[in-house]
Amino acid sequence: MGDVFKALADPTRRAILDELQERSGQTLFELCTRLVMKHGVGSSRQAVSQHLEVLEAAGLVHSRREGRYKFHDLDTTPLRTIVERWPPPPASPQPQPPEGPPCGSA
Amino acid sequence: MRIGLTSIFVDDQEKALRFYTEVLGFQEKNDVPLGEHRWLTVVSPEQPDGVEIVLEPNAHPAVVPFTEALVADGIPFTAFSVDDVQAEVDRLKGLGVRFTQEPLRMGPVTTAVLDDTCGNLIQLAQMHADQGVAG
Repeated sequence: MGDVFKALADPTRRAILDELQERSGQTLFELCTRLVMKHGVGSSRQAVSQHLEVLEAAGLVHSRREGRYKFHDLDTTPLRTIVERWPPPPASPQPQPPEGPPCGSA
Repeated sequence: MRIGLTSIFVDDQEKALRFYTEVLGFQEKNDVPLGEHRWLTVVSPEQPDGVEIVLEPNAHPAVVPFTEALVADGIPFTAFSVDDVQAEVDRLKGLGVRFTQEPLRMGPVTTAVLDDTCGNLIQLAQMHADQGVAG
């Protein structure tokens, strides 16, 4: 599996994920249309295609051929590895403010 | 100089004539036998004297790789104007038409993309008079 962090580091790739979140199962044509109309990303189809390859290598996007067309689906499973690596610390009591006057107030 | 004709490559002229008339709703305008194929055109009933579409055989070896590559990436090479994309999508789905892109509003235009069953994707486009923001 490719690098999830590298895949997420690019704003155009994050925009692709945003659009696939809105509607999974898009053709390259629909994705390019959404990128240019909603995000002002005027990348060529080849460039968007290469971004999709990086996202696919990271497991964030899967492409499927259905008949004569190719659709792209979102898969957020790889993002779980991030949460699992840095889970929130177990709940602990909030530190109490120290007794006495604040430092530097004497 | 005026624009009178535009062409769509089709894998089967008879099948294409049925799809473009019986499903999309265009009207046959010209049908002239030309050896193995026909010179076959259709027009919109809303503009019977308007631009004709030539349903052109895809027999040339360069055509199929070209159209297949466009279809694989979901690219519609031809677009038709409609008053209400959603209504057309509902009507055409009822007739068994396959869409590769559901209606999508992008600023002043709503589009959808369908498969003409003859080797092409076709875009339906509706311009919104208000030119307003999406919603």
